Amino acid sequence: MDNLVEIRNLRVAFDGVPVLHGIDLDVAPGEALGLVGESGCGKSVTWLAALGLLPGKATVSGSVRLQGQDLATAPRRTLERVRGGRIAMIFQDPSSALNPVIRVGQQIIEALRLHRGLTGAAARAEALRLMDLVGIPDARNRFSLYTHEFSGGQAQRLMIAMALAGEPDLLIADEPTTALDATIQAQILDLLVTLRREMSMATVFISHDLAAVAQVCERVCVMYAGKIIEEGHVGQLFETPRHPYTRGLFDAIPTLSGPLRRLVPIPGTVPDPRELPPGCAFAPRCNRARAFCSQHRPELLPQPEGRQLACAFPVPITQDIVHRQEEYQ
Amino acid sequence: MIRFVTSRLFRAGLTVLSVMTFAFVVLRMSGDPAQVLLGPDVPQNVVQDFRDRWGLDDPIWQQYLSYLRAMLHGDFGLSMRDRSPAIDLVMQRIPATLQLTIPALILQLAFGIPAGIYAALKRGTLADRGVIVTAIVGFTVPSFVLGLLLVLIFAVTLGILPSGGASSWQHAILPVLTMSIGGIGVLARFSRSAMIEVMGQPYIRTASAKGVSWGDVVRNHALPNAAVPIVTIVGFMVGSLIAGAIIVETIFSWPGMGRLLIVSVTNRDLAVVQCILLLVAAVMVVSNLTVDLLYGWLDPRLRQTAPAH
Amino acid sequence: MSQLLDARGLVRVYTARRGLLGRPARVRAVDGVSLRVKRGETLGIVGESGSGKSTLGRVLLGIDAAQKGTVHIDGAPMPAFGTPGWRALRARIQMVYQDPLAALDRRLSVAHQLREPLDIHHLGDGESRSARISEVMQSVGLRPDQAGKFPHELSGGQRQRVVIARALMTEPELLVCDEPVSALDVSIQAQVVNLLADLQRDRGLGMVFISHDLKVVRNLCDRVAVMYLGRIVEEGPAEAVFADPRHPYTQALISSVPQPGRAANSRIILQGEPPDPGNRPPGCAFHPRCPMAEDSCRRAIPETRAVGGARSAACHLVAPAALTEPA
Repeated sequence: MDNLVEIRNLRVAFDGVPVLHGIDLDVAPGEALGLVGESGCGKSVTWLAALGLLPGKATVSGSVRLQGQDLATAPRRTLERVRGGRIAMIFQDPSSALNPVIRVGQQIIEALRLHRGLTGAAARAEALRLMDLVGIPDARNRFSLYTHEFSGGQAQRLMIAMALAGEPDLLIADEPTTALDATIQAQILDLLVTLRREMSMATVFISHDLAAVAQVCERVCVMYAGKIIEEGHVGQLFETPRHPYTRGLFDAIPTLSGPLRRLVPIPGTVPDPRELPPGCAFAPRCNRARAFCSQHRPELLPQPEGRQLACAFPVPITQDIVHRQEEYQ
Repeated sequence: MIRFVTSRLFRAGLTVLSVMTFAFVVLRMSGDPAQVLLGPDVPQNVVQDFRDRWGLDDPIWQQYLSYLRAMLHGDFGLSMRDRSPAIDLVMQRIPATLQLTIPALILQLAFGIPAGIYAALKRGTLADRGVIVTAIVGFTVPSFVLGLLLVLIFAVTLGILPSGGASSWQHAILPVLTMSIGGIGVLARFSRSAMIEVMGQPYIRTASAKGVSWGDVVRNHALPNAAVPIVTIVGFMVGSLIAGAIIVETIFSWPGMGRLLIVSVTNRDLAVVQCILLLVAAVMVVSNLTVDLLYGWLDPRLRQTAPAH
Repeated sequence: MSQLLDARGLVRVYTARRGLLGRPARVRAVDGVSLRVKRGETLGIVGESGSGKSTLGRVLLGIDAAQKGTVHIDGAPMPAFGTPGWRALRARIQMVYQDPLAALDRRLSVAHQLREPLDIHHLGDGESRSARISEVMQSVGLRPDQAGKFPHELSGGQRQRVVIARALMTEPELLVCDEPVSALDVSIQAQVVNLLADLQRDRGLGMVFISHDLKVVRNLCDRVAVMYLGRIVEEGPAEAVFADPRHPYTQALISSVPQPGRAANSRIILQGEPPDPGNRPPGCAFHPRCPMAEDSCRRAIPETRAVGGARSAACHLVAPAALTEPA
């Protein structure tokens, strides 16, 4: 199967400080991919760079191919047609991501006009259909309201409706539930899962919440300090995380069921991009690191069991596999 | 919306009343008009006659009440100097002042706002820095210095424009320039920061992410949001234009309201001063009211609406 | 055992405007809340935005005065806000906020920030204060060389350690934490959670831990109280409440937390929007979103009743302890 998006050696620097160190990433049509990592790891920057949405102080290199067409070198007009038309994006704080002085219905219509050429009554009818689809109650009467008249959860539904307006092949959801209350998070995650299934649209779900990613995605990439350090199928990654960082994330997160255990924090903090360690960026915090790790930067390499891994001394696959399976099944 | 308008109107009324009271108190406290207008050598009975005619010996609160009553009836009193109605004197001068202030305001809007927005969109470039420096110079040089400088260059050295008076349209050029340059600087700087602020907002990224072209992002998504703070500063600038008129009309001997005010203050011509102050206050109040109403129109968050539940 | 903190029938109503020009609405942010904390015990308070949990935290500290109800610390009533008695008491009860950068004075070094509470409460002399600063810094895992640093030179996790250290300077008996780990990344969050657990165990602190993160609360707290629109709807030992929630809201809240290995479609997805504190539904405030609501729920506000096993719930449909097993 041909990939929908192929990112190769994507690098980003802000004011000369590199923050993304060569990302290779494929998205297959219709698949749900999770991008996990802590703040500053580059998971949002990857996709903002791919769509040319970073501010001017950012320098981007590498290639981003959408079904063979390179977006990095594409003319501005082409890129504008891709944004929202082929690849749509929703963001973390929905209330500030919608324009406060434009009626919400008009914001959806704008996307319909740009990507499907709809205007007038047809556009309005389609916008109302989309608002219904994402679960805005009483859409007809709330079409002409403004953003501040909607709650955070509803604003995120509106963002999703706007993203769907261009009938995209890929939806990038950048921390779409982080700013929302728990019960509303559940609604939005549920909506995203349903929409993806019904519209056979690929989804990239960017989140710091491993558990949320597990619910929405089939495949996961874990990022650390501007690199992908482990990639694999959700079940595989969650049952037997092999990169010490991935493993560390699991041990650091409290659980809601199962036996109570003391959390195992990852010592230290995420490195400053200006003072990145010379070898593996995680080495200073890693309990498995050896002298080798502080000199050699590991490549992301395919493993026999199907995943990709960037670690010289990964967590052995047999280690307490039984225990972990009990915990997560 | 009705609540909004009534509350603003009420506040406007209160402001006008405060200004009237203030004018009354300050002018009564700062010297005896009889002495100033008649001079020190006039016989006592003439002074007394003058005081009786203008009610200057009545208790102060009675003077205040009759003053307010007269104002409410549109009677601004007679000029103490030549006994013609104060309002007529002031009205005669208004067109001349408008001949300066309106072109100045138009220049400020036409150059200040676009320059600021342009600088914001070209942030960090040489063009941006050029705009900032020019703007700072523009609004830090006081208008009397600027006025004299312009006279020195264009009237004295080059001799292409007149240095004072009001007999032709060329006479208006230097005063209008003097009045507008500071405002252009203020407006440019303010528009720039408003636009930079808006361009950094998440909804601008959203608009780009949905495929809106850069020009349309600026026009349709950024400008309507930046308009709210820009309109505020324009409201303030109408006030500062009138203050500027007083100085500029004096420098260029322009026969407007500002010069009338200076002359009347020197002469303690209470009725005329009160009339001008009130008019200035009214202009300020109206421009603030316009700004408030524009706010409601520009920013839906400030309109009262039923909660969406 | 005596109660360190004993709050009864707390009510905090404030008037809020809708928008800039809206009519003022009366918001019952805290509406008849009673709770107790023993020494060495951690009480978790969970709820969504608008549940009143942060207001409750401020009321417990006396920063925000309750209109009704009483707060007793160690058997003595809480003195009025701002009085010398209240200020003296503040040495014994301290607060930790969510945003460490906002809670710290960015012009003061770490050592300076830590010395301040000692100066305010006239504790110790110059030398013993310096000794106390190094001791507390060590106990929260800050290095001695970080004493001279300013808040902006520290990472988020380090800043939160400074905030916790500052709260510990006066050797308080009670710590009220409002979302202390919510702004931190998971790997750092675990460091701070463990720190709080250790401090609480080693020093026998009583702790009120306000959070929206159920997983952290389960890990850290002995008991948990679930708030909805200003009221506690369920309370009990944390293990028991998380394993077997009785109130339909608690059930939905726990179910809404994504858990790896559990299918998304097995979750209870609540319909409707989070509640508006200014527009409280009649009867049980949860009934418009409750999948089990009956007629009685729309009419009467449910009383808090014991439901067995040191637990209580405020729901018409949860059987009281004396009667039958819950369905």
